Amino acid sequence: MSRYLSTSPYQLGNASVRRVMLLVLAGLLPGIAAYVWVFSPIILVQIAIASAFSLLGEALMLKVRGKPLSLFLGDGSALVTAWLIALALPPLAPWWLVAVAALFAIVIAKQLYGGLGQNPFNPAMIAFAACIVSFPALMSMWPSVTLKLSFIDQVQVVFGLMPHVDAMNGATPLDSLKTSLKLNEGGVNVPSLLATQEVFGYFAGRGWEWVTAGYLLGGLWLWWRDIIRWQAPLAFLAGLVAISGAFWLWQPAQYASPLFHLFSGGSLLCAFFIVTDPVSGATTPRGQLIFGFSAGILAYLIRVFGGYPDGVAFAVLLLNICAPLIDRYTQPRIFGLKGTR
Amino acid sequence: MPHKLFRFNGGVKPATHKTDSVRAPIGRAPMPERLVVPLHQNIGGKPQPCVALGDRVLKGQVIGTADHWVSAAVHAPTSGTVRAIEPQLATHPSGLPTLSVVIEADGKDEWIERRPVDYASMAPESVRELLRDAGLVGLGGAVFPSHAKLSASKKTPMEELVINGAECEPFITCDDMLMRERGEEIVRGAGIFRDLLEPKRVLIGIEDNKPEAIAAMREAVAAAGESFEVIAVPTRYPAGGAKQLISVLTGKEVPSSKRSTDMGVQCFNVATASSAYRALTFGEPLISRIVTLAGNVEQPRNWEVPLGMTIRDFIALGTPRADTNRYLMGGPMMGFELPGLDAPLIKASNCIIAASPKLFPPPPPEMPCIRCGSCARACPHELQPFELYWFSRAANFGKAQEYHLFDCIECGCCAFVCPSHIPLVQYFRYAKGEIWGRERDKKAAESARARFEFRNERDEREKAEKAERLARAAAAKAADNPLASATAAPTAASPAATPAPAAAVTAAAAAAPTSPAVPGEAPAATGEASEAERARKAMIAAAVERARAQREAAAAARPHDAATSPEQ
Repeated sequence: MSRYLSTSPYQLGNASVRRVMLLVLAGLLPGIAAYVWVFSPIILVQIAIASAFSLLGEALMLKVRGKPLSLFLGDGSALVTAWLIALALPPLAPWWLVAVAALFAIVIAKQLYGGLGQNPFNPAMIAFAACIVSFPALMSMWPSVTLKLSFIDQVQVVFGLMPHVDAMNGATPLDSLKTSLKLNEGGVNVPSLLATQEVFGYFAGRGWEWVTAGYLLGGLWLWWRDIIRWQAPLAFLAGLVAISGAFWLWQPAQYASPLFHLFSGGSLLCAFFIVTDPVSGATTPRGQLIFGFSAGILAYLIRVFGGYPDGVAFAVLLLNICAPLIDRYTQPRIFGLKGTR
Repeated sequence: MPHKLFRFNGGVKPATHKTDSVRAPIGRAPMPERLVVPLHQNIGGKPQPCVALGDRVLKGQVIGTADHWVSAAVHAPTSGTVRAIEPQLATHPSGLPTLSVVIEADGKDEWIERRPVDYASMAPESVRELLRDAGLVGLGGAVFPSHAKLSASKKTPMEELVINGAECEPFITCDDMLMRERGEEIVRGAGIFRDLLEPKRVLIGIEDNKPEAIAAMREAVAAAGESFEVIAVPTRYPAGGAKQLISVLTGKEVPSSKRSTDMGVQCFNVATASSAYRALTFGEPLISRIVTLAGNVEQPRNWEVPLGMTIRDFIALGTPRADTNRYLMGGPMMGFELPGLDAPLIKASNCIIAASPKLFPPPPPEMPCIRCGSCARACPHELQPFELYWFSRAANFGKAQEYHLFDCIECGCCAFVCPSHIPLVQYFRYAKGEIWGRERDKKAAESARARFEFRNERDEREKAEKAERLARAAAAKAADNPLASATAAPTAASPAATPAPAAAVTAAAAAAPTSPAVPGEAPAATGEASEAERARKAMIAAAVERARAQREAAAAARPHDAATSPEQ
């Protein structure tokens, strides 16, 4: 009687990949709003560049792979990757760097593995890692907090119409803390640094603390909308707080407080938008706790003792490798088999 | 005291679509002229026909007898004539035919002699047999023979008897209307089950979106003076699944490896209870049931229909709208598309939904799984549907079983919530079917191998016996023939003591060429390496020998030849 595959259930819910992705994008809006307010609307330009190149890469690869363009281009997953890349890269990064990152994420880290749902690694983090390894200098060019540059000038910097001079650059709060501590071996202590250097604000990096607070807000909203689960974010933050707290309690003069680490760098972006990536993360509730907690610990270790300004990207990528194993050993007990092994 | 309720994992809340079909009371469907009654309407054995073509049958007369303990009789829904006993379109998604009795109604609707019983004075075993012969099966849709569920476990004392009035699937309202209108029958039927199982408590679970049914059942319980508890359970599909309702009401999780009675609990549908009551108290076997007609029809309503009425006759009662493109049996979550309108209503038919593209739009295109885990959170059996999906898709059935594929009840919650619109249940049905198929193949291969080995053994044995006989015949021949006796006698004597076929065949082959009647055979027999070839040659030689012996016997009429030719 019917022409298409007829199988129950006939009545379906209204969930769709597109809806999930669009809600994730909406969850990023508070952070982006804070970014614009604290720093500059240049982030919107970067988001636009990343989005355009992500969609371009996605479209090309879909065409090559013979997949329906309209179906996959509209699913919103490339946009989520693009926005995360734009937010992870320095806001005054040249346009081609953003483009390379976006294309690398979509073409190499996503489509070459089989596209949506098939990538073992988080594409945005792969792109970030590839850029920081390949272009370490450009990737550490975070604008100095004292930089007063008009929006037009910023756009010209991004598009290479105005030279990117050293004076524009500062270090990220995490970086400057690390370098200051290194340069003044034993001479300075964290509390005095935080109080004196202008790169620091009330409890973390000046300005950036509000951006990350925006991510926290958007993330909580996503949790409330049941788009993300609490396990991975909470475990990530718990891991970060646990290890940073341990070092801080041991030597408060040498190590920053958990609060500083929570609101610095990519901590909150990672907690709510990266470790929650279902494709590359753990899927079982217990697995997500292990995944998040381990990523939190690793992120701290790489951030504080490693050579890179932040550690979340590498921490997440390392855990991505472990995700299938974690899932394998954290399968929940099923109905009727509780308390049995 | 409010009853403590438990919660099962997941579940979904689909739009219920229940209000349209409960406006009118249960109608009595007119008796159609022709009824098609499939014999196999239960889980378990296939009832065998016990009427013949052209027989006149009475309403309630057994037309198919239960062939096993787990089986249930089938009865004529009205009086009339048996017009055919042949395969007819089954009410099954496969659309395959099933052996059915076609009855032409005579319009008299004449009952067979009904024998009401006082079950309280009967042995429980006789009551169970009576219910089997009344054709009682679970009317919630699973059609498991009810009498087979009415024995308590020997080890575990029965604690709760759950009467299932949850009716969680959208569109279906037959149990709701039954509870509203015939609460007393249900309570009396539950009383029968209670007396057979002797549980401590009887719990009647009804989803809280049916306040009228809850009130009616409370009233019926009070009127009957019973102490059954009527409990409103939260409306959440699939709360009406037996295991889910048991878990909500008692907190007991019945694993797939156990019977619920092993955990001191048993569950029956409300319609099953009322039918059990009618079977014992009025002697009326299960020949009708209440079926919801809903969906894209002008007059959605519940009807009491004779089992065997065709879908075509039934849907006419509700006037389907023009854009109806197919019909579903059961609810939209677990039901299936009917293969044709000639299929009959059966014991499992709780609801017929007229479907239109507007009511159930074709599913959006399937996207890749993003492992979001929505399905796992919706799964009432706490499985990981996306993992099962990966394994099923990759035909990795061992892994699928390891991840508890067979604990899946196919409720459809996972597919309902899937953002990628993957028909997950279909993948699981496929995997289960493949695994069953492989098990069948394995069993078939095993029995084929056993047959083959048995045949080989028999062939060898027969060959040995034959060779032995031939050798003996040749030896006897040689004894008669003074020319050959010197060489043949010692070799021909040994095979009689050696049962091994090879030895016997060799002996026969060795004995044959010694015969002077077939000198041409000698070089061939010694030259052939193949044992089979030699055996064949020996047989030919023996046959030639035998023929010659016969001719000689005929000529000389010597009596001992007959004894050496056992082939005759």
